[in-house]
Amino acid sequence: MRILKFLLQKEFLQIFRNKAMLPIIFVLPVIQLVVLTYAADFELENISYVFVDNDHSQESENLMAQFNASKYFRNKGAKVDFNTGMEALDHNQATLLLRIPRGFAEKLQKEKKASLMLDVNSIDGQAATLSYSYASEIINDFSNNIVQKWNGLPNKVVLPVNVVSRYWFNEEMEYKNLMVPGILALLVTMVGMFLSAMNIVREKEIGTIEQINVTPINKVYFLIGKLTPFWVISIFELSFGLIIGKLIFDIPINGSLPLLYAYTSIYLLVILGIGLWISTLTDTQQQAMFLAWFFIVIFILMSGLFTPIENMPGWAQKLTWINPIAFYIKVIRAVLLKGSTFADIQMDFVIMSVFAVVVLTLATLSYKKRV
Amino acid sequence: MSDNLAIIATDLTKKFGDFVAVDAITFEVKKGEIFGFLGANGAGKTTAIKMLCGLSRPTSGQAIISGFDIYSQSELIKKNIGYMSQHFSLYQDMTIRENIRFYGGIYGLKSKDIKTRGSKLIQELELEDYADRFVGELPLGWKQKLAFSIAIIHNPGIVFLDEPTSGVDPITRRQFWNMIYKAAARGITVFVTTHYLEEAEYCNRVSIMVDGEMRDFDTPRELMKKYNKPTMNDVFLHMAVRSKRKGD
Repeated sequence: MRILKFLLQKEFLQIFRNKAMLPIIFVLPVIQLVVLTYAADFELENISYVFVDNDHSQESENLMAQFNASKYFRNKGAKVDFNTGMEALDHNQATLLLRIPRGFAEKLQKEKKASLMLDVNSIDGQAATLSYSYASEIINDFSNNIVQKWNGLPNKVVLPVNVVSRYWFNEEMEYKNLMVPGILALLVTMVGMFLSAMNIVREKEIGTIEQINVTPINKVYFLIGKLTPFWVISIFELSFGLIIGKLIFDIPINGSLPLLYAYTSIYLLVILGIGLWISTLTDTQQQAMFLAWFFIVIFILMSGLFTPIENMPGWAQKLTWINPIAFYIKVIRAVLLKGSTFADIQMDFVIMSVFAVVVLTLATLSYKKRV
Repeated sequence: MSDNLAIIATDLTKKFGDFVAVDAITFEVKKGEIFGFLGANGAGKTTAIKMLCGLSRPTSGQAIISGFDIYSQSELIKKNIGYMSQHFSLYQDMTIRENIRFYGGIYGLKSKDIKTRGSKLIQELELEDYADRFVGELPLGWKQKLAFSIAIIHNPGIVFLDEPTSGVDPITRRQFWNMIYKAAARGITVFVTTHYLEEAEYCNRVSIMVDGEMRDFDTPRELMKKYNKPTMNDVFLHMAVRSKRKGD
């Protein structure tokens, strides 16, 4: 155990003497959190639309007025027919084409129902879905108004089924609330994985690893000595990020922080373990960097941070079962936004612990003092 | 019989694929002896030394170092040897004192011993004024002397030196050899590789490696007599001229 003291002393000395370290620890989190949170905003505003009004009635004008009043939509003008409307979509002048057919008002009056046509540019599927659902909401409002007007009249009208939805856990549908915990997870992961991946391989590059391997040092102590400093730094990064998230974005912290830290502690063993494993497998920092990038990019893109896991195809959803980042993002969101308790996430604890045991065993086995 | 032997190697071999880096070398080194390990670049010296230190697993053959078996007791061997590699391997971003503390610490020295041996070492190398400077700032010769002192800070039975004086000026080389004599006088067996042939004459016994094979080993005087050459340089050239491997 005494040996650990000397190892840690050495690692901390070297880490803080490295001039690139302090910016990585303090500047990176601020930039990532602030820039990414603002940039990765999935909320759509100013959806541009064009319309073809073949009806020219009071009703069609009312509908257009409601679209114009919405903060989500921006009117790009009227088009004479479907073809010119589609042209606007083709040329990216608009995302949405609303068509009001001839006889719309009359049909509504006589048959108590009428249809509208919405054409959506769905190259960006997510944006298309959102535009469509915002537009439907406006049209629903519009039909509710009509139904209410009819209710005042003697004709008996059957009210259509009315769905009132409420968004739970993130009531204001604040994307910041969803993004900040996700980016925090990213931050902790990137700092931990890169620093640990570059470390042992650096000693290989400068040749000092030989001098270590020729000592009677137990390799388990050596790896603990390598892992601990980055564990401490990553935990610090989480705290620093949480403070920034609270101060700048006022993210909700509904769950227990000790619970989040407990889970992060285990998660970091996995991430740092992968980093050390990469470090033992490679010979140069360049190779280590590429491998670390490879893992991080795949893990992040398949983690549910940017695209909901539910939207992925079945095989990809299954792959998230071996993706530690997916678990961590799920848990950090659950604890911060939902206020999940230990009972809610105990399975996640078990799974992450299994990951940790597997990864650390692999890293320890692949580090050999004698080749 | 093996009580006064520090190293016994028998048919020690290392192959990398088809390439035989070290071909069945057999030799022994007596305790307290300065044993010179000569050979051109690429002759297999470093590979041999790495096997003896437990950094590289032999393909076949046997070796006993300080009474311990090279296969099954390599961690015990590591307690009893010091090693100075071809690459400078102190931490350049740490000071002299910090390097001493670190290496002393991982060899399990008591804090008190680290302090006393460290100060003595710094004093002997006359580095008092530089003790808190980064090792990276020192000239090469000083670095090598420091690396050697740190390699024997835990008083090992044997120290392996892999080309410790390459690239060092003649005066520092002389000083370095004085340090080697001092270490040998303390009872440390010194196993040293070099390609400076005049250094070979400072050794008690030398071996000459050519193309992974050990061609001969004896005292420098006997070797010069046997091959009827006036200097070790001539002995070496006489043997190495038949090398099939190209030096680099």
